[in-house]
Amino acid sequence: MEAIELEQDQTSQVDTFQPVPAVVSQVRKDTPDTFTLTLEPEGAEPLPSFLPGQFSMLYVFGVGELPISISGDPQEKGKLLYTVRSVGKTTHALVSRKVGDSVGVRGPFGKPWPLKAARGKDVLVVAGGIGLAPLRPVIYYILRHRADYGRLVILYGARSPRDLLYQKQLDSWSRLPDVQVLTTVDYGGLSWHGHVGVVTTLFRYVRLQPLHSVAMVCGPEIMMRYVAWELEARGLPQGDLYVSMERNMKCGVGFCGHCQFGPYFICKDGPIFTYREMRPWLGKYEL
Amino acid sequence: MVTNLPAIGTQFLIDIPALDSIIGGLRRRGYEVLGPVVRGAAVVYDAIEGVNDLPAGAGDEQEAGAYRLTRREDGALFGFVLSPHSWKKFLHPPEARLFAARRDGRSFRLLNGGPAPPPRYAFLGVRACELAAIAIQDRVLLGESYSDATYRARRQGAFLVAVNCTWAAPTCFCTSMRTAPPAEAGFDLALTELVSSERHVFVIEAGSRAGAEVLAEVERHEASPGDRLEAERAIAAAKASIWRKVNTSGLRELLYEKFDDPRWDHVAQRCFTCGNCTQVCPTCFCTTVDDSSDVTGQQTERWRRSDSCFSQNFTFIHGGSVRMSAKSRYRQWLTHKLGAWVDQFGSPGCVGCGRCITWCPAGIDITQEAAALRADEEIAIGKGDAI
Ligand SMILES: Cc1cc2nc3c(=O)[nH]c(=O)nc-3n(C[C@H](O)[C@H](O)[C@H](O)COP(=O)(O)OP(=O)(O)OC[C@H]3O[C@@H](n4cnc5c(N)ncnc54)[C@H](O)[C@@H]3O)c2cc1C
Ligand code: SF4
Ligand code: SF4
Ligand code: FES
Repeated sequence: MEAIELEQDQTSQVDTFQPVPAVVSQVRKDTPDTFTLTLEPEGAEPLPSFLPGQFSMLYVFGVGELPISISGDPQEKGKLLYTVRSVGKTTHALVSRKVGDSVGVRGPFGKPWPLKAARGKDVLVVAGGIGLAPLRPVIYYILRHRADYGRLVILYGARSPRDLLYQKQLDSWSRLPDVQVLTTVDYGGLSWHGHVGVVTTLFRYVRLQPLHSVAMVCGPEIMMRYVAWELEARGLPQGDLYVSMERNMKCGVGFCGHCQFGPYFICKDGPIFTYREMRPWLGKYEL
Repeated sequence: MVTNLPAIGTQFLIDIPALDSIIGGLRRRGYEVLGPVVRGAAVVYDAIEGVNDLPAGAGDEQEAGAYRLTRREDGALFGFVLSPHSWKKFLHPPEARLFAARRDGRSFRLLNGGPAPPPRYAFLGVRACELAAIAIQDRVLLGESYSDATYRARRQGAFLVAVNCTWAAPTCFCTSMRTAPPAEAGFDLALTELVSSERHVFVIEAGSRAGAEVLAEVERHEASPGDRLEAERAIAAAKASIWRKVNTSGLRELLYEKFDDPRWDHVAQRCFTCGNCTQVCPTCFCTTVDDSSDVTGQQTERWRRSDSCFSQNFTFIHGGSVRMSAKSRYRQWLTHKLGAWVDQFGSPGCVGCGRCITWCPAGIDITQEAAALRADEEIAIGKGDAI
């Protein structure tokens, strides 16, 4: 198996603003409003490779363009997977694509999850809702490089059982050695026998080695703040905790100005940041 | 071919016909020459063919929320201070087509290989603060990893003729932003206008080989020590008349600390969030995109348009905008210009041109707002005079 480099040379492209059409080869319904699209190259030119945590700007002909994280396996070359939750005009158009339709792709853009810094350590993946999508490549990567990492702990929360993404995969991962998977939902319903409550309530089931772990967190901002407080309280250094940020994005490369967050451009300085970088800014109302 | 090029940095004296020849020389080289012209009640930047198009005798009066074109007796060609336009409108145009595409079965094809080749621009009359603004946009749009193709194509071929200010407006504060004249770098030619009852001439120097080649073709002689002194004094007098200022020391940290300061509520009561300030600012670079299709839905275009952090949907994410209040949007603008920009690009995003002060319908003054935020600080720690 060919190893992927954990650093990527991002030299300027011919024209950063021109989307390349790629064909939808599979559409999977993950939850009632969330679908995973697989894109493959239209012609001979292969799709670009990516690093876990990076996103693309996906373009629907005549409708619009938006940032979507890549949710597939970084080592499965030639395909790009995106897990999209339909919340508005363009995401709706995106999830309505049929096999054989094309979508425009720019990127990948952004800084990746710290898979290099996490080598030799336990990895704690904490996700809320659609936030598991940008973290799935991390899971794939670690499972393919099992000897390079310690324990893998996946904590995942969603609104209700039917909103949990990748349920079959979560099940199969949970049966692997040295992998712990815990899920929780806000509202369980009668047939749910698992945990109920916010994702931070799962920490009590985790044996954390605070000085020997890296945490990667993605979900709603408020959830990430609670998770960060909880992990800080358990002694995890701020620099070993990483979060993925989200803001309006029009370009993905630092030119449009929309994604600014304090001194940062989320598109090019992030979307992955250490909690140490984010802490002064997170939770500031209307920043 | 001329082998004896005028040395870079050596000052020469030229008269008005020679300036006309410079414009002619640029046009012969295929440049579209742009310079100040009077349109309606303001000096703006537009195409010129010769010195006759320049706004002889035009002056301006500027104050917070006020601009008036005036007449000067001396016939100076660069006797106004600043146009509401900046060179941004040519280098980073308010509208640019990113691509056109045509439906192709269930896919699409791009119709062109990128933006059309832009004209080669020569700008006549770039002030020192405007040179600094162009250098700032260079740092934003010609980044290390990506560069903006539209900007790069226009910027690469541009020929810049700087003009050193010999008059300043009350809205100017370039001196405190370290962008004041004389222009020191980044130009091809630099002029200083000397106008008196005896003579109307220009001290000129080349700042690049391209500039020296243009200068080589026109009638000139080396500036005398007296000419040079007169130019220096005129520039120094303009600078000495500037009274507005921003104290930039520790300002970035101060602004970050002042996130919850009541002053933001004060300015929010006056600000209309119209975005005039960002539009006239020579460094503001934000853009958005628009997709529009023809009636058949077979063909579509994606356009980039200038945008403003003052617009409410600037920060829209599903569920609503992050910055809903006027307070948060003014705070973003000022904190970005004078604070965050330093973290992002190594200098403030303000060159002290004062356009945002002049063209704000509410007369909101960036220097005053920055000072007020600092004054609170000084009162709080018991030093400095209460205002
Ligand atoms: C780095 C990054 C990664 C993302 N990854 C995913 C992902 O993997 N899966 C997923 O389902 N969603 C993801 N999102 C969120 C997704 O981009 C938005 O849900 C989407 O833009 C909403 O667009 P819309 O046109 O459907 O909604 P509308 O509500 O119609 O929005 C209109 C426009 O506003 C802007 N906008 C609205 N919401 C957002 C938002 N949350 N973030 C940025 N711009 C927004 C877009 O320009 C959009 O076209 C990601 C966002 C970012 C910034
Ligand atoms: S912020 Fe105002 S004074 Fe500063 S460069 Fe922009 S327009 Fe000029
Ligand atoms: S500061 Fe003035 S020009 Fe800028 S948005 Fe507010 S009212 Fe408009
Ligand atoms: S998305 Fe345009 S600057 Fe970040």
